[in-house]
Amino acid sequence: MKDYLNATYGLKSWLLTRDHKRIALLYLASVTLFFFVGGAFAVMVRLELATPPADLMQPETYNKMFTMHGVAMVFFFLIPAIPAVLGNWLIPVMIGARDLAFPKLNLASWYIFMLGGLFTLWAMVTGGVDTGWTFYTPYSSAFSNTHVVTAALGIFIAGFASILTGLNFIVTIHRMRAPGMTWFRLPLFVWSHYATSLIMVLGTPVIAITILLVAAERAFGLGLFDPARGGDPVLFQHLFWFYSHPAVYIMVLPAMGVVSELVAAFSRKPVFGYAFVAFASLAIAVIGFLVWGHHMFVSSQSVYAAMIFSVLSFLVAVPSAVKVFNWTATLYRGSISYDTPMLYAFGFIGLFTIGGLTGLFLATLGIDVHVTDTYFIVAHFHYIMFGGTIMGYLGGLHYWWPKMTGRLYPEGWAKLGALTIFLGFNLTFFPQFVLGYLGMPRRYAAYPEEFQVLNVMSSAGATILGAGYLIPMIYFIWSLRYGRIAGPNPWGAVGLEWTTPSPPPTDNFEKTPIVTQPAYAYHLLERA
Amino acid sequence: MADAVASHHARHPALAHHFDDLGQQREAASLGMWVFLVTEVLFFGGLFLAYLVYRTWYPATFIEVSQHLDIFWGTTNTAVLITSSLTMALAVYAAETGDRRSLVFFLLATLTLGCVFLGIKALEYSHKFHEHLVPGAAFQWDGDHAERAALFMSLYFIMTGLHALHMIIGVGLMSVMTVLAWRGGFSPEYHVPVEVSGLYWHFVDIVWIFLFPLLYLISRH
Ligand SMILES: [Cu+2]
Repeated sequence: MKDYLNATYGLKSWLLTRDHKRIALLYLASVTLFFFVGGAFAVMVRLELATPPADLMQPETYNKMFTMHGVAMVFFFLIPAIPAVLGNWLIPVMIGARDLAFPKLNLASWYIFMLGGLFTLWAMVTGGVDTGWTFYTPYSSAFSNTHVVTAALGIFIAGFASILTGLNFIVTIHRMRAPGMTWFRLPLFVWSHYATSLIMVLGTPVIAITILLVAAERAFGLGLFDPARGGDPVLFQHLFWFYSHPAVYIMVLPAMGVVSELVAAFSRKPVFGYAFVAFASLAIAVIGFLVWGHHMFVSSQSVYAAMIFSVLSFLVAVPSAVKVFNWTATLYRGSISYDTPMLYAFGFIGLFTIGGLTGLFLATLGIDVHVTDTYFIVAHFHYIMFGGTIMGYLGGLHYWWPKMTGRLYPEGWAKLGALTIFLGFNLTFFPQFVLGYLGMPRRYAAYPEEFQVLNVMSSAGATILGAGYLIPMIYFIWSLRYGRIAGPNPWGAVGLEWTTPSPPPTDNFEKTPIVTQPAYAYHLLERA
Repeated sequence: MADAVASHHARHPALAHHFDDLGQQREAASLGMWVFLVTEVLFFGGLFLAYLVYRTWYPATFIEVSQHLDIFWGTTNTAVLITSSLTMALAVYAAETGDRRSLVFFLLATLTLGCVFLGIKALEYSHKFHEHLVPGAAFQWDGDHAERAALFMSLYFIMTGLHALHMIIGVGLMSVMTVLAWRGGFSPEYHVPVEVSGLYWHFVDIVWIFLFPLLYLISRH
């Protein structure tokens, strides 16, 4: 039978495809590449930090290493990973549509993303950038002697890929739902992507114009962010964080959507408090736009502004907590199975909770001043962006891999991989909380001797983590050829994506499905 | 690929395979354009914020530099753009009523007015260049606070420059629409490309309606 993978052959049929499922796979290959680029820089960082002095590389080189690690991971892996791969592949299938609303635009997004990526890679191979992924002015605009303009243009261009993906999702979710697929029958994965898309569409243009101004400032010698010429570097910080705080939710909301699907499927129960979880996504998107000032508690912001930002930052934790409570309530008295995707879901819930709670420490003005620019911050955001996003991404990839490829991955190896990644992650980043609290600043190549034990633990953890990633990488590729045939519904899960063959035909369904049930109707399934 | 709709009656040639009917396709396109315009508002929003900050900090200099902008050409351009919005609206109306000749005429009129705007803008830019008001090494300012004056002119060039870039894209869009309309590609049932191009064109006009008073009219009451 013809499916979307063997409907047509040849490189051209992939590079000119309009099929959202094929475009998702193009993204899968690209973000994997950027993940390993970012990972390589992380290896350099952890190697340098294995010993106290700056001995492996010059401090200038070290600055480039952590900058390029951040740029590659944030803009070219974490932000696109779940939406552009899993969202792209799944949203039309989950709502019973034949494709996204704008298939050509979807393909154009991928090309724009790749163009931005090429600019950034070019900046990396021709000498690199050293401003930190935050591009703070006036260092980035007036002082840095590295390839800031090229890297900034790369991020600017990639931003439009993100905007167009968000736009495509919003229109698709509004206009392409199958008959009977009402808003409150949508899988929570779709709700969380809807909220994510709002942030992409509203936030990304602001970072785009900001980063363009930095590039223009360098290229034409303007003074917009240069205090020596009447400009305001703090204005840059406001504009930057107006996007970059919500960007954390671009990374983590889709992962939350994945976890909702996994928790329901592997405890065979409807998600507890469906509407609360759906609205929590929207609440996070909205409140998330009002908390950016918590990155600027020590940046000459007024005390009153800081207090308001502090309170709002506490507030944004509420909908996140609602989700965690609802997932645990879903587990309660469920018939839980511990397949690999569920292990990742548990990983997400645990790590995200630690990341979230330490986020509350940072929303507290006094503690934030104490740990600003220390490893405490580094540990916190890795727990959220990594412990959250990557756990969700890998969990989702395992769960839908049989659907996407028609093949099962080897369960034993997958469990080993999940366990290795979880342990490696915690060994890498938990010591960093302690380091930060003890006062080790981030972004330095050297540190005092008394911090060495914890740093060696962290570097050792990073080694385990790196090995952990290779395991799924290898068996996923292996499974394409040797994996067992999956069949349409290997998990016995509900949801439209499981009603069509694996892999599905190009138009997703043989005929347009008609939806008569709420999402996660596992209770109806058991009764039947 | 066979689907439910196709089996009932013939599909319109302009209907893409993944939509059920022209109504759905039209709604999707117009929602898509609206969402894109929201993005654009935020894109220009960052610039308006920067303008607001520096104008609040340096009101006197901003008023002084603003008087070096050419109010005659600025006003003329505003009139040109408002007229082009009218011809654009008439073009959409002609598309709805299936009047191909008027459609082509009004699209061409819109396109021409857009080019007139860009021509005048280029003229203004060249004047500023000769007056050494372009920020950078050649910038000259006789009054106090040359660096603040340079900030105003930086904002002027970035804001009007990005607006002009949008105009250029708009003119390109109009050219494509004119060719398609000329070939008879639109009908009362299917003219959504004209409609969404119109939305875009009006948006770009509105941006200018904000830029004009903020940049040219600061000191005039
Ligand atoms: Cu934040």
